Amino acid sequence: MALTTSSTQTMTVNGWAGRPRRSRRSTASAPYLFLVPAALLFIAMFVVPVGYSLVLSMRASTVSGGGIGVRTERFVWLDNYRAVLSDPEFFHGLLRMVIYTLIVVPIMLGLALLFALLLDAPAAAAKRFSRISIFLPYAVPGVIASLLWGFLYLPDVSPFNDLLGWLGLPEVDVLGRRLAFGAVSNIAIWGGTGFNMVVLFTSLRAVPDELYDAARIDGCSEVQLAWRIKIPLLTPALVMTAIFSMITTLQVFSEPQTLRPLAKTISSSWMPMMKVYRDGFINGNPYVASAGAVILALGTLVLSLGSLRLLQRRAFAEDR
Amino acid sequence: MSAHVATVSVGRAETLTSARGPRPPWQHRLLPTAVLVLGAIYCLIPVTWVVVAATKTPAELFSTFTFAPGTRGGLFSNVNDLSTYRSGEYWQWAVNSAIYAGLGSLLSVAVSAAAGFALAKYRFPGRNAIFTLLLGAVLLPQVALAIPQYFMLSKLGLANTYWSVLLPSILSPYGIYLCRIYAAAAVPDELVEAARIDGASEFRIFRSVALPTMVPGLVTALLLQFVAIWNNFLLPYIMLADDRKFPLTVGLYTMLNQGADTPALYTLVITGAMLAVIPLIALFFFLQRYWTVDLVSGTVKT
Repeated sequence: MALTTSSTQTMTVNGWAGRPRRSRRSTASAPYLFLVPAALLFIAMFVVPVGYSLVLSMRASTVSGGGIGVRTERFVWLDNYRAVLSDPEFFHGLLRMVIYTLIVVPIMLGLALLFALLLDAPAAAAKRFSRISIFLPYAVPGVIASLLWGFLYLPDVSPFNDLLGWLGLPEVDVLGRRLAFGAVSNIAIWGGTGFNMVVLFTSLRAVPDELYDAARIDGCSEVQLAWRIKIPLLTPALVMTAIFSMITTLQVFSEPQTLRPLAKTISSSWMPMMKVYRDGFINGNPYVASAGAVILALGTLVLSLGSLRLLQRRAFAEDR
Repeated sequence: MSAHVATVSVGRAETLTSARGPRPPWQHRLLPTAVLVLGAIYCLIPVTWVVVAATKTPAELFSTFTFAPGTRGGLFSNVNDLSTYRSGEYWQWAVNSAIYAGLGSLLSVAVSAAAGFALAKYRFPGRNAIFTLLLGAVLLPQVALAIPQYFMLSKLGLANTYWSVLLPSILSPYGIYLCRIYAAAAVPDELVEAARIDGASEFRIFRSVALPTMVPGLVTALLLQFVAIWNNFLLPYIMLADDRKFPLTVGLYTMLNQGADTPALYTLVITGAMLAVIPLIALFFFLQRYWTVDLVSGTVKT
């Protein structure tokens, strides 16, 4: 800090030595120039595709004339949306996605919060080891995580059935119909807890020690400290992690897609995104696929904006 | 942070453990420590398993105990078989992953730093509108974008090229958000104003004044984007048809799919998975101090 102040002063002194001030105009246009690369990419990779997807979702191709026929595209307006929304397969996928999100987000954030609080508490030992180990899964791509867990779920490879055998319990098929949710959720929880823990822990470290010392002098126990002071202070960070986790969870694709070769119970439309992929790339119908993607995007947008609005004042209080 | 510990120092132990507050007796430390260590073990299980399983021969994989290492020199032959699989395709995937993630994250940080600096340090018409638009893009599911991006890029003849994976990976709304917060927190207004009075061009101010002070934040943004691209599956899966352009994630996925018919491939998939996670785990250990992400205020604590 001391260094910065002194260099500011010398520069100011030089500044007054009679150098010409540059025109106001270059300063006024500068921020726009800095934003040009981001703006161009934003238009090319976000705005145009979204627009294109809206157009595609309202079109369809028909083959007219017998035999080889001629493919013509035409507007069908909301027909594709109607088709997607009335498709029970899509509806069941949506239902699974909601259940899956309700399982993953609370458990993942609960664990992340618990670990972050423990890392910040004076009582726990082995912190460095635990922090690195719990964060490690973040380095493992979802596909590879699913592949690793997928093998660990396979009856011939799995340690679970060996364990159950020792305890005298019957074997289970982890990838069976009833346990498939748990199997997929476990992969997401395993992969996401560490990152959220680090976010929450960083936020906790920013709190000055004096606050805790004062509370301790007043006779506050460590558990009370966590409940009454740390968790309320973490609210903005918890809101942000909840929203980001929700967005990621709602677009789950790679985990169930990767498990499919190992698990017969996961169908090709198990999650809505998988059905959108199948429509677009396997069935060759970009129109219906686009409609599905738009519906999913709108759903996510409404859900995340809704929760953000609900909690925005606290989360962004300092930024505005 | 360290200043607090030095001034408050209640007991000698505090400076050693860097824990905050007095250290309770060992009986009270047992449960919290056990919970943390259990969490650590849960997280280490699959990673430990993949290292062990890579040493097993195909026969051992399905017969020996899960965490018992192979005894017939499986690792060497597995790596060898993997390297010769379809004339070394695996290593091509590794190189591709490095290109996509390395080049993509560098370009991404350059774009984010410039945009974040502009949004943090200038007052101009449209500033809030631009920021809100960019933030809104965070909320768009990547899935909803990848499909129209594919149809668009294929119209331009760019599908199934390196560009089709690189171009959509450069703009990171989240990176811009972070860079804006870093610039606001780390670049003093007086310094910018002084350089301006001194006659420095706006670009010069960005390069010589702002960028150096933003470095710790930029490294975090770079790492986050690197991991995001390295771990991405959906985008390359949709964009690429040519095996030799695949990154590791898509490559290993297609290998696993073929393995459903030929279980002998399973050991190769496992060996490939092990080799694929090692570079990122190494990256974690070497750059540990940058892994402190503050979503709310963005300040980077080391």
